[in-house]
Amino acid sequence: MLREHRPQTLFDRIWQNHVIASQSDGQQLLFIDRHLVHEGSFHGFNKLKDKNARVSRPDLTFGIVDHYAPTRIRDISKIDAAIAGMITQLEENCLANDVRIFGLNDPRQGIVHVVGPEQAITLPGATIVCGDSHTSTHGAFGAIAFGIGASEVAHVLMTQTLWQKKPKSMRVRFDGKLGPGITAKDMALAMIAAIGADGAQGHAIEYTGSAVEGLSMEGRLTLCNLSIESGARCGLIAPDMTTVNFLRHRPLAPKGDLFERAAEAWLSLRGDGDAAFERELVIDGSEIAPVVTWGISPEDALPITSAVPLPDDMTDESRAAHTREAIDYMGLRPGMPLTEIPVDRVFIGSCTNSRIEDLRAAAAVLSGRKSAVPGLVSPGSSLVKQQAEQEGLDRIFVDAGLEWVDSGCSMCVGMNGDLVPPGERCASTTNRNFKGRQGPKSRTHLMSPAMVAAAAVTGHLTDVRDLMGGRS
Amino acid sequence: MRPFKTLDAKAAPLPFASVDTDQLIPARFMKRSRSEGYGQYLLYDMRLDGEGNPIQDFPLNNPARAGAEILVGRRNFGAGSSREAAVYALVDYGFRCVIAPSFGDIFASNSVNNGLLPAQVTEEDAETILSLIENSQDRAFVDLDTCEIRLANQVFRFEIEPVWRTKLLNGWDDLDLTASYADDIARYMVSDKERHPWLQEIPASI
Ligand code: SF4
Repeated sequence: MLREHRPQTLFDRIWQNHVIASQSDGQQLLFIDRHLVHEGSFHGFNKLKDKNARVSRPDLTFGIVDHYAPTRIRDISKIDAAIAGMITQLEENCLANDVRIFGLNDPRQGIVHVVGPEQAITLPGATIVCGDSHTSTHGAFGAIAFGIGASEVAHVLMTQTLWQKKPKSMRVRFDGKLGPGITAKDMALAMIAAIGADGAQGHAIEYTGSAVEGLSMEGRLTLCNLSIESGARCGLIAPDMTTVNFLRHRPLAPKGDLFERAAEAWLSLRGDGDAAFERELVIDGSEIAPVVTWGISPEDALPITSAVPLPDDMTDESRAAHTREAIDYMGLRPGMPLTEIPVDRVFIGSCTNSRIEDLRAAAAVLSGRKSAVPGLVSPGSSLVKQQAEQEGLDRIFVDAGLEWVDSGCSMCVGMNGDLVPPGERCASTTNRNFKGRQGPKSRTHLMSPAMVAAAAVTGHLTDVRDLMGGRS
Repeated sequence: MRPFKTLDAKAAPLPFASVDTDQLIPARFMKRSRSEGYGQYLLYDMRLDGEGNPIQDFPLNNPARAGAEILVGRRNFGAGSSREAAVYALVDYGFRCVIAPSFGDIFASNSVNNGLLPAQVTEEDAETILSLIENSQDRAFVDLDTCEIRLANQVFRFEIEPVWRTKLLNGWDDLDLTASYADDIARYMVSDKERHPWLQEIPASI
């Protein structure tokens, strides 16, 4: 086997394991271990049909209904015909190509980036792609996972490979220990605020440091999920015992001896200590406060203890213009304390923060309290929903006055009709506060599940630490 | 794919940062098939008001910009979702080149796969080009061979991944290239089954 003498990063190592061929211009043909498709992948399937081709490795391809999944009614004959058509189309495309599908009424249905890890479709050392930018989520297992466009989806369907130029390397180290009430969401938003929404463009981020090692798999998934919001191609974390323990006994994980062999390989999967990164960023985890976004890009993020920025004080004209545009769209006043921003509704869900731990964190704050505003809680998968109900979390949400619904992308993108009405402001656990993301003229503030719960209780953006007394 | 060598065309300004793919094509228009066309939905919520009427001062609604094939934006253009429909909307509207200081990675790669040139310039040059086309010039000349943009007797350099440049210049489709590696792919699958059986064989029961 070819050995490189240059010390390798974790990313280098996994990448090199998957190179089938290299072109002189730097492009490399990579083998793709796992391909996830959803309703939006129909463009890719259409290209396949145009060429009269079939899926090359249906056994490595998985269909999951999520983007258009209705969350209040699961009878497809009773929902909007266009939305039903999107779901049926995926099911038909998968069926026609012998691709396994987690359909609307499958008990394991859920958001593609929640189901992948839950079923152990996601494994360390793998290359994973999906026609969805938050595919970076799966990097939490020490995999190279990234979003692709429809032309690339078609290419993977037809060949199980992809031409890529290797991204640059970047290491983000979170030292220290997170304070009480601080989560992976706050870590990610703090990083994006520091480097900008295009700060890591062209890079693969490896997350290291004690604050990362201390995260559960759920937290790591949240952190890697948001890599794309810093512009990075993907993010990844070296596998450790947390990773192995999470995967053991999952439905599609290797079984018996093979699992032990795999686990050994996974635990040895790490970068060389002396490998050089093209960029390095160090963040003190103990200094991170709960973070919220105030504007229209994930980089418009600040600790809850601060105030809306003052564009008139900015020397960078392009920055000032963006800030004015954001303040205007969001209907805020320059200089107003973030805690004075009222909210009209809340949403807990999305591939960023809809796992069991996220629901527990929100429920801990809401328990015995009422929400001052309406809101929706959509678990990341039907299995998460089931578990939450076993733990009685659904009661806490419902008693607080929130709606407990089925799993899907829901109000993260509104494709299924779960929308924030025009002009309304939503405290949301999602990943994008883009203009109109949750519906035309909707206003989104991103934050952690506990912070959303806190905003629900008070009706305005709130430092969850003030509501935590004795709770965790 | 139609090759891209040079482009001598009208340019339109879009002086906003972080024009993400949700802006370029709102999610609600993504159920259509490509053959139905996406151009009319480009920047829908920025271009049109709640009733679907053009917003007067939005740059693309200026009649003088009709037929523009070059779009000039600010940083972080095309950030966000991987929806290739964002590129379909630009291409179907008539654009063949977007000039900006930085692009979302997936957007840029999708652009190249559809013959749309993402030309990356410095932030300073983007501002100069924006003010030139807003105030005096409405045409620009883009040369992919030399990676230059010319307007108002000035020359601006742009950057693009060499791999993407070659692809655009030749109008190449990845699938043609991949087909020539069929044997290597087959060999990889066999050897990887040895190395990582858990990656190549998934338990059948689900
Ligand atoms: S939850 Fe939102 S970000 Fe995640 S896959 Fe669905 S639409 Fe995309």
